[in-house]
Amino acid sequence: MPYIRLVNVTKRFGQVTAVNELNLEIEKGECFSMLGPSGCGKTTTLRMLAGFEDLSDGEIHVGGRLFSSPRQNFYLPPEKRDFGMVFQAFAVWPHLSVYENVAFPLRIRKLPKAEIERRATDALRSTNLLGAAAGSPENLSGGGKQRVALARALAINPDVMLLDEPLSSLDPHLREEMRFEIKELQRKYGFAIVYVTHDQAEAMALSDRIMVMRQGEMQQIDSPLNVYNNPANRFVFSFIGLSNFLRVSRTDGHAGLGTGSLPTELAPPEGLPPHSGLTLASRPSEIDFLAQGGLRGKVSRKSFLGEIVDYHLRLEDGQSLRVQKNRRLPGPEEGESCGLLLRRPFWYTDEN
Amino acid sequence: MATIDIQGVSKGYGSRRVHADLNLSVQHGECFTLLGPSGCGKTVLLRLVAGFEQPESGSIRINGSPVSDPAAGINIPPDQRDLGVVFQDYAVWPHMTVLENVAYPLKLAKKQRREMEERALEAVAMVGMKGLEKRLPSELSGGQQQRVALARALVAGPSLMLLDEPLTNLDANLREEMRFEIKELQRKLGITVFYVTHDQEIALAISDRLAIMDGQGRVRQIGSPQDIFERPADVFVFNFMGIANFIPVRRVGDDWLVGQGDQRVPVGRPDGAGELYTVGCRPSDVRIAASGPGLRGVVRRASFLGAMMDYQVEVDGVIMRVALETHEAIAGGLMFKAGDPCALNFHDLLWFDSVSAEDTGGA
Amino acid sequence: MNNTARKGGVGAAQIILGLSIAILVIVVAVPVLLIFVNAFWVDGALNVKDVIRIIREKDTYQALVNSLIIAAGTTTGSTIVGTFFAWLVTRTDLPYKRFMKAMFLVPFMLPSFIGALAWKMLLSPRAGFINRFWMGTLGFEEPLFNIYSYAGIVLVEIMYLFPFVFIQVCGALERMDPTLEESARISGAGLFTITRKITIPLALPSILSGALLIMLYSMAHFGTVAVLGIENGIFNIPTLIYQRIHQSAGSFASIRTGTVLASILVMAAALIIWLQGKALSRGRYQIIAGKSFRPMELKLRALRLPLLILCLVYIAFTIVLPTVVIFLVGGLKTYGLPFTWENLSLDNYKFILFDYQVTRDAIWNSLSLGLGAALITMFAGVMISYVIVKMKVRGKGVLEFLGMLPFSVPGSVIALGVILAWSGRYGPNLYNTVWIILVAYIARYMAFSLKANSAALEQVHDSLVEAARACGASMWQALKDIVLPLVRPGMLAAFFLIFLPSLRELTVSIMLYSPTTRTIGVAIYTLNEDGETVRSAALAGIALFLIITGQTLINRFAKGRSA
Repeated sequence: MPYIRLVNVTKRFGQVTAVNELNLEIEKGECFSMLGPSGCGKTTTLRMLAGFEDLSDGEIHVGGRLFSSPRQNFYLPPEKRDFGMVFQAFAVWPHLSVYENVAFPLRIRKLPKAEIERRATDALRSTNLLGAAAGSPENLSGGGKQRVALARALAINPDVMLLDEPLSSLDPHLREEMRFEIKELQRKYGFAIVYVTHDQAEAMALSDRIMVMRQGEMQQIDSPLNVYNNPANRFVFSFIGLSNFLRVSRTDGHAGLGTGSLPTELAPPEGLPPHSGLTLASRPSEIDFLAQGGLRGKVSRKSFLGEIVDYHLRLEDGQSLRVQKNRRLPGPEEGESCGLLLRRPFWYTDEN
Repeated sequence: MATIDIQGVSKGYGSRRVHADLNLSVQHGECFTLLGPSGCGKTVLLRLVAGFEQPESGSIRINGSPVSDPAAGINIPPDQRDLGVVFQDYAVWPHMTVLENVAYPLKLAKKQRREMEERALEAVAMVGMKGLEKRLPSELSGGQQQRVALARALVAGPSLMLLDEPLTNLDANLREEMRFEIKELQRKLGITVFYVTHDQEIALAISDRLAIMDGQGRVRQIGSPQDIFERPADVFVFNFMGIANFIPVRRVGDDWLVGQGDQRVPVGRPDGAGELYTVGCRPSDVRIAASGPGLRGVVRRASFLGAMMDYQVEVDGVIMRVALETHEAIAGGLMFKAGDPCALNFHDLLWFDSVSAEDTGGA
Repeated sequence: MNNTARKGGVGAAQIILGLSIAILVIVVAVPVLLIFVNAFWVDGALNVKDVIRIIREKDTYQALVNSLIIAAGTTTGSTIVGTFFAWLVTRTDLPYKRFMKAMFLVPFMLPSFIGALAWKMLLSPRAGFINRFWMGTLGFEEPLFNIYSYAGIVLVEIMYLFPFVFIQVCGALERMDPTLEESARISGAGLFTITRKITIPLALPSILSGALLIMLYSMAHFGTVAVLGIENGIFNIPTLIYQRIHQSAGSFASIRTGTVLASILVMAAALIIWLQGKALSRGRYQIIAGKSFRPMELKLRALRLPLLILCLVYIAFTIVLPTVVIFLVGGLKTYGLPFTWENLSLDNYKFILFDYQVTRDAIWNSLSLGLGAALITMFAGVMISYVIVKMKVRGKGVLEFLGMLPFSVPGSVIALGVILAWSGRYGPNLYNTVWIILVAYIARYMAFSLKANSAALEQVHDSLVEAARACGASMWQALKDIVLPLVRPGMLAAFFLIFLPSLRELTVSIMLYSPTTRTIGVAIYTLNEDGETVRSAALAGIALFLIITGQTLINRFAKGRSA
């Protein structure tokens, strides 16, 4: 029995459908990420789960209890849901000390004094904040503030931790460090994480499963490796890292680029619908240069970016393609022609 | 012809020294980048060249003629230096349309109305803003505003352009696109570009030559992008140009051993005769394998980042980062988990004099 | 820009700086200095004993205490009212919130002494309409409420001053990051707990800053106390200064008392401004939103209707009723008649506008003084702000200090200082002319102009000017083509911020007027003092009409620009 269940959850703001008939099951102790561009409905979904937004339709169950259901006109307010939550903008209270921030949820629950102290201290220890407990969170760096927010969310030892882009206000180095800390805390406390982000690398590194969303619709739910290896559609492919898309024409059932035909190794798979448009997708890092054969192209721009070299190529039919190779690998110069081998081509029809 | 010669320039604010006896020269027609961490004084230097600030001593020449030289009492105001300047915050005038912004330098130069219009339209078209001439800056995106600023800086045909972090406020995609456009304009018009940034990727991509400045305003190295990246002068430069592994090594007899352990460094030798060195390498320069020859280590952290696999490997107490492409990791059976043993080899290692940790900082 | 001053502009920067300093010194610093000198410096020697003696005189001592009592009451009351309404319109599901917010800001434009006049007509113990109704129709022995009392003064001041807190707190609550409250909610706190423990504490700096502003204003406030207090012998500092100067026609002793009181007022004001700066800087929490969501709304449920009614009743009683009373009384044939159609006409208004010399002069004086003061102050303000905000020139610190002065010098102090400075002892004698009022207006409204213009100038980033310089523009060309067009909205704002309030100015004018230089405010006040209640009300009605029309036009204009 999954711990969190979203059944046909729908949210409309006026004419706009922000989330459309979403079905979702999240296990206890799982780390689940919702990934998508801004406005895709991921944050709205999280806020519905937290109880900050009403649903337009559908139901949310947590731990076997009904949490939200517009049909039954039932809505458990956020303060009764016993979740931990961390926001992008830190949202630590500047008028309270670090310790009082963390003790706040415990005081609200009117726990005995000793218990409050024990739990707050424990949460502060887990987040390496014991030394800063008496001070004001205003004096902490962004990373420090986000640790306070984490400690505050941990204090009640919740079963579910909701994280709304918690790392995107931090600098890249700190972001990576905090990612591991969150993972570590999860290992220690055993809560489930529902994580919202637009950063695919972050989602990949952190999650057991990822849901990719677009315009309120679920696109794919899978493990990070499966999302990478088998993007369900063109959108998912484009959202996971850099991508090339080549428009493939079909005449009499033969696929080709412009007037030229495709090299033999690039034959489209069997069983594609015969008349729909076709797109060939590949990653810039998964293309090799060939002395002869392969797809023909000409280097229009070559930029040295340090560890990698970035090539912009123009194919014979005028479409452009990007290749990125380690600087140690040989490659053509600007203006030179070359052959290209697409190592992991993906095929998408217009339907997906 | 447009060259810049900066000789012995010093500048400070109150008790804070920004530059002391700085020398730098930019050659005709090149794209020269000044790269350094924030607060290193690179923008101050650009403002000195532009004439918005005055040096305390030393001299600055543009095209061979002095524009700032306090000793000789020379101080040409910015409006007489014949430059184009592009600022980080665009600085397009909000009360003027795109065309009015771009035409303003020509208006000041008292050009004929017809010529003014023609050249302004030409400049607007050159930066790909055709059709938007009548718009106000508030109706433009950040990237478009920066294009207007670029056209305005180019319209009077200056032989020298100063760009102060012009792409920092743009998003990643736009930044890349604008980077290409600036480079292309520079090549097409044959002008000299003096570019200031803290972003090493832009600096590498755009420059003919670049100078690396440290946090104290000292120039650490000047050279081509390849020079700087492959043959860094010191640890600071190496660290500033990208994610860096630093491995302390010590000499025991004829061998060089990693950290405090007893494994031998597999490649290279130092030039000097010291006992302690630091070797550096990029995460992608480490080759990781499950077993075989090389340094034995243990994977401490393994992160799947989509296109890349990112490992942190511990070798005798030294943490190293290893990066490889996911498809290669899958194909080569190199998908490690935390705790797995592994063996490391290196494409190349750079040998630096042994340094304390803070010498690498500032990036 | 150092260099341009040295080389190109023939010391232009120094000239501008010198001019700016001169304006502030002559208009503000010298009058204030003269007050201190007069108070503490007798016959060429420092004399504190005398000052203490004056303070210990019964009347002066009482006026000091009264100022404190009234300021304390007004500040407390306004802060509570202002914070409550601000919370109501930003954090609850009260209906018609936009309308309410607009209405709560209306008292900003209504002159409080006209409000006091209206309340006098409603609640003076014998003649007030409400009290007459209470005793006459309902048959009570005692009047319902005597407006000629501390409570009366405080209540009327609260009605007109609470928007200072209201607007500050509204701003703070609207900008506050909603996740600060949401994270309290997910921590398990209910909405009332959140309001008490998170929302209000976070808004506290804004509340305090608004409260201190009210305290400053109330301590130095003349109109309400003059209209409602003098009848019962309640004087505060400004009214006592006025009374002394007015009664004794400028005798040495009265001026002495006046300057001592004024010195105390200036010091108190400076202290309050300092405290306000501290409150703002210490409490400027980083609470501005990153991602913006609508903040949570407290569902008032059963309280929704009662609170709506409360708001409407409040608006009806404090804003609509006094305004209507003014217009109605202004239309009465004789004061004391009941409001019936037969007794109402437009004759008073016609008389006042076209036939009555006193009021015609007053309207003309106020319009020309307002226009003159607004224009001069606008230009002087933009120049001074430019030096303070944009120029790097030695000696700027002096100007920055002088620029703070206008903010902390209350109107009655300015009036007294101007009398000391311009009565012929140190040059021209402007006393009893319209020019002395103009000088005082400039000093009084300089703060508004500095505020609006520096705000506008701060928006003009340095790089905009530098870009022009790099394009080949000289410093003057850059000023003309870039800076001036961009600060024009700020200058316009400054103009109206000065012109409209000057139409109803009382505190300064009352100390400086002569029989031919009455202003609208003075005329309303003196007509009322002379028992010409109906004509006073009619003139007040005309003033209200002018102000409300002007404000509406500006709002429409401002909205058109920003849209």
